[in-house]
Amino acid sequence: MNGFEQTLIGGIAGGTAIVIPALGELTSELSGIVNLGTEGCMLVGALGAYAVTVATGSAEIGVAGGAVAGAVFGLLHAYLTIYRKADQLTSGLVIWFLALGITGVLGTGYVNDAITPLPIISIPGLSQVPWLGPILFRQNLLVYAGYILIALMIFVLRKSRIGLLLKATGERPEVVSVAGNHPNLIQVTAVTVGALFAGIGGAQLSVGYVGTWFDDMTSGYGFVAVAVVLFASWKPLRVMVGAYVFGIALSAESVLQTNGIAINQYLLDALPYLVTLIALVIVSRRGGRKAPEALSRALTDVT
Amino acid sequence: MLKKLTFLKKRVLKLFATIGGTASLLVSLASCGTSTASASSSGSATTVGFIMVGSRSDYGYNQAVYVASQTVAAEMSNVKVITADNIPENSSVTQTMQAMVNQGAKIIFATSYGYFPYALKFAKSHPTITVLHQGEYLTGKFPGNFGTYWGEAFEPVSLGGMAAGSVTKTNKLGFVYAFPIPQTIDNIDAFELGAQSVNPKAKTYVVNTSNWCDPLKQTEAASALLAQGADVLSQHQDCQTAVIEAAKQAHAYVVGYHYDASSLDPSGWLTGSVWNWAPLYKSIISTILSGHFKGSKYNANFVGSFAAHDNPLVLAPFGPAVSSGMRSKILAEEAKLKAGASIFKGPIYCQNGQLLVPAGVTPTYAQINNFSCFVKGVVGTIPQG
Repeated sequence: MNGFEQTLIGGIAGGTAIVIPALGELTSELSGIVNLGTEGCMLVGALGAYAVTVATGSAEIGVAGGAVAGAVFGLLHAYLTIYRKADQLTSGLVIWFLALGITGVLGTGYVNDAITPLPIISIPGLSQVPWLGPILFRQNLLVYAGYILIALMIFVLRKSRIGLLLKATGERPEVVSVAGNHPNLIQVTAVTVGALFAGIGGAQLSVGYVGTWFDDMTSGYGFVAVAVVLFASWKPLRVMVGAYVFGIALSAESVLQTNGIAINQYLLDALPYLVTLIALVIVSRRGGRKAPEALSRALTDVT
Repeated sequence: MLKKLTFLKKRVLKLFATIGGTASLLVSLASCGTSTASASSSGSATTVGFIMVGSRSDYGYNQAVYVASQTVAAEMSNVKVITADNIPENSSVTQTMQAMVNQGAKIIFATSYGYFPYALKFAKSHPTITVLHQGEYLTGKFPGNFGTYWGEAFEPVSLGGMAAGSVTKTNKLGFVYAFPIPQTIDNIDAFELGAQSVNPKAKTYVVNTSNWCDPLKQTEAASALLAQGADVLSQHQDCQTAVIEAAKQAHAYVVGYHYDASSLDPSGWLTGSVWNWAPLYKSIISTILSGHFKGSKYNANFVGSFAAHDNPLVLAPFGPAVSSGMRSKILAEEAKLKAGASIFKGPIYCQNGQLLVPAGVTPTYAQINNFSCFVKGVVGTIPQG
């Protein structure tokens, strides 16, 4: 295995922990609710997945636990912002701090619990494809879930009635209401499903790629997911590019070093952020979707 | 019931009062939830505070501190121990020190490298409080109520390097470290020199993560090293579980650091360097309580060593992969270090061939602490700031 391949293998695996939460945040934001608490939802997802894996011995069941934990926190954010009219940014931060505190207390005992993480599954046939096969198709279950989610998201947003309703809620909730639907209900669902994705992203860290639980183990990657959605101007394909590029650049940081290539320390640390930004600027040249109207209103109303 | 409610209200109000602060403060607050001060004994006892940068159950640097603080509490009847973990290396530590003083603390152990400027400043402004800093080496004048302490960490690390050098098949060892500071550079150099002493072909590949604990980055670093062909991983970060897990999955070996984590990977664990702080903490506290701190060896840069039989960093138990022959060889080397030998005895060359230590010379701790190059045999460069 050469360094280039390793960069991509690690990048896809690590990028999965960004791409799934980013798709979740996209769902949430399209409905008009930004969830800065994505970081917190990832964190409870990571611990939830780990705790359930320790209890059941199955990392696959653990992933479900992580998803539920994330969704519960998303539901809280939805309740605060939609029914209690709390400021979205503040509520998101509260969710994050709450998650930090709760996982800090409950997670203490899990640091020394070893688990068997999600196994690497080689897809027959596809993994034999020269070069790309081992990179894309010798990964764990959640990496494949990420691929499927991307395709599903593109389909839903472009072709389905659900996608239309979601976007309409984010643009003009009144219209959705007049058409006989419940914009609040749609938003609650979107935020909860989004947080569920964030929980799965956390699970990719704890019971997937990393395979251990650690205090604050998301280290700000949830915020990266939120930023990717903004810079990708709410387009799922661009979200995908941004998230994977970030993962690949993160992985490249290590691979460059093991090959003895000297790069300025600060430049190296800024690499994932810089490269992602440049990549998104390039893919966004053709103009993007405007911010969902309800979202712009929610954000500019902040005083 | 009402009393309970008022209490709860107070707690909630306190929580919100702090949420009004800065973002960094909030992080520390969230973690303060995990760091309930633990009182151990009461009466006319002297209160001693321990402040940690990470979680007290990190299976690494901070857990070693916490475990030792609890040993102090259990074994010193005239001492009451309070602890705070997850305190970031910024002004939060000053606030934590003040909070401990408000709780009656007379002695404070600030146990993270980055606490240094805050700890020194706090000592200067609080002459009645004795402040100890773990890890830094002060070159200036010491206030009478301040001291630093550490150990010649590179001694046991070099023994771990021997174990790594003896089992590697690929002659490639991987080392993940946080930041290029004297401590990490010395440890990497000692690890490689130890490995070379039993296997001249052994090379140490290094990756820095610019973070004391970021599991995802550690996993990327470990994966990159394993892909490069490394079959033994070691590390110098605050937390070590992600690197151990990566090695375990790849059936590679591990040399631990900070804390005995052999239970996480019993078959892959070779050995490691683990902190045994309690004897040093007890000695420092006793000196302060007896009133003889000022001018003592602890009112300076105290560095424990094998030779003085007071190194707080010791060799961890061996795992099954280290042969009995190699075990006795390592223990013999440990005995030599205890008799005054040094892993850094010259001649030692930097990667670029420059002479680091001339032949026959044994550098002092201060000189070792100034090493600014990786030795020959290390692959990777020291990142320039």
